Amino acid sequence: MGKIIVMTSGKGGVGKTTSSAAFATGLALRGFKTVVIDFDVGLRNLDLVMGCERRVVFDFINVINGEAKLNQALIKDKRVDNLYILPTSQTRDKDALTKEGVERILNELCKEFDYIVCDSPAGIERGALMSLYFADHAIIVTNPEVSSVRDSDRILGVLSAKSRRAEQGMEPVTQQLLLTRYDPERVEKGEMLKVDDVLEILAIPLLGVIPESQAVLRASNIGMPVILDENSNAGQAYLDAVGRFLGEDVEHRFTTVQKKGLFSRLLRRSA
Amino acid sequence: MVAVSSAGQVSERDAPFQLRGNSFTMMVLKVLDPASANFFPALAGKVRQAPNFFRHAPIVLDFDELPDAVAFDVAAFVGRVREQYLLPIGFHGGPAAVQEQSLACGLVPMPTGRAAKLELARPVDSSGQPVAPPPEPVFRPALVVTEPVRSGTQLYAQGTDLIVTASVSHGAEVLADGNIHVYGALRGRALAGISGDSGARIFCQSLEAEVVSIAGLYRVSEDLDPSLLKKAVQIRLDDGFLHIALL
Repeated sequence: MGKIIVMTSGKGGVGKTTSSAAFATGLALRGFKTVVIDFDVGLRNLDLVMGCERRVVFDFINVINGEAKLNQALIKDKRVDNLYILPTSQTRDKDALTKEGVERILNELCKEFDYIVCDSPAGIERGALMSLYFADHAIIVTNPEVSSVRDSDRILGVLSAKSRRAEQGMEPVTQQLLLTRYDPERVEKGEMLKVDDVLEILAIPLLGVIPESQAVLRASNIGMPVILDENSNAGQAYLDAVGRFLGEDVEHRFTTVQKKGLFSRLLRRSA
Repeated sequence: MVAVSSAGQVSERDAPFQLRGNSFTMMVLKVLDPASANFFPALAGKVRQAPNFFRHAPIVLDFDELPDAVAFDVAAFVGRVREQYLLPIGFHGGPAAVQEQSLACGLVPMPTGRAAKLELARPVDSSGQPVAPPPEPVFRPALVVTEPVRSGTQLYAQGTDLIVTASVSHGAEVLADGNIHVYGALRGRALAGISGDSGARIFCQSLEAEVVSIAGLYRVSEDLDPSLLKKAVQIRLDDGFLHIALL
């Protein structure tokens, strides 16, 4: 039985789609059969970040409306085995997401996949609610600044009140924090919130800190999940986060300014 | 055929409306001397301190302390209060003439919670003998919340105390008829004694609140003493003022 993960934040532009793409790819790299679904109906982006936009024929909404079969809409990733993308419609809006339709498709996917990653749209309206309603795990994507943190807090409230697990009195949705676009230099200057500040307000476990990195934009532009760029800090940080999600004990990295120590200077001189 | 439940009510799903009880917190404007030339300038000054908090806020006019013989044009007074973007919706107390005028202006008579209770406390039967006092109120256990109170949520401990063993986030609101305890940071709004219990108190481990209020007397975060911020405090009402003291 597959597990449903929602990648959500409340606020827009914090890195939900980037993180969904990276996380789903990371799970597939570990051998889990994974599908990533774009819930941002009308603002189709996930397929671009995953680099499969030219292979979209049918979409999530077509399947909900019974106009296509699930297998016709699922796109198999060319780089990573076990990875599939379910793109959304660019021409419809969030009203096309019906609870029954979404449930039917998620049930079908749960039979076939180990993990279903739902890329939530911004906001707390229908699209976001539908993406989180059926979730087993929630990954809260937050930037180290006050408005993002407050919106994340709001979405945590929504999760504990309006998700299926909350409504049916089941075990609550697990919640973990993914702190993205973290810039230790700006944190040191007091221009950004520290990891601890964010954790104090949100009071949920830390899944990972993704450093601000040019690799993210570069990867998005060429349609490659940044986790496949193993030389980048951001890619490595996502790999760590996937490990932690799977229960491994991985030390946090990239949270402090990397100072050039005596040792590395000596090495450089001898080189 | 409309489905009728055993209680004789139209099934909820078919009803075109829902009727529910709810309680709201409102400010009370206690009118002491409406004739004072300083009344409206002072009111305007108060509103200017926190315009967003006051704008279009519903208020109740308390005429309890008006002298009986007061000559007072309620309609004109309400008009001038509205000029400050406050919306009088009800009144309570006052001389008969003032009450009559208030009703004519469309203001709703609000029950005078406290005074009424005191009168009822020792009713006298026809023979002049005091009747037995009503039974003591049944003990209501406090509402205990162990999860953080997230932004956008509202929690109300009706008829009892509220105990939160986590933090109350910015943009969250906790209300209680009794005391409020927050064993974490209080960052949102906390309103204790909202049914008028001026003995209610607020306790928190870190005062970072947006608004605190006891029995309707409130203070916004801008007016909090900076030396108390992020400190463990208790907040109580004394002499009609909010006192905030370190724990």
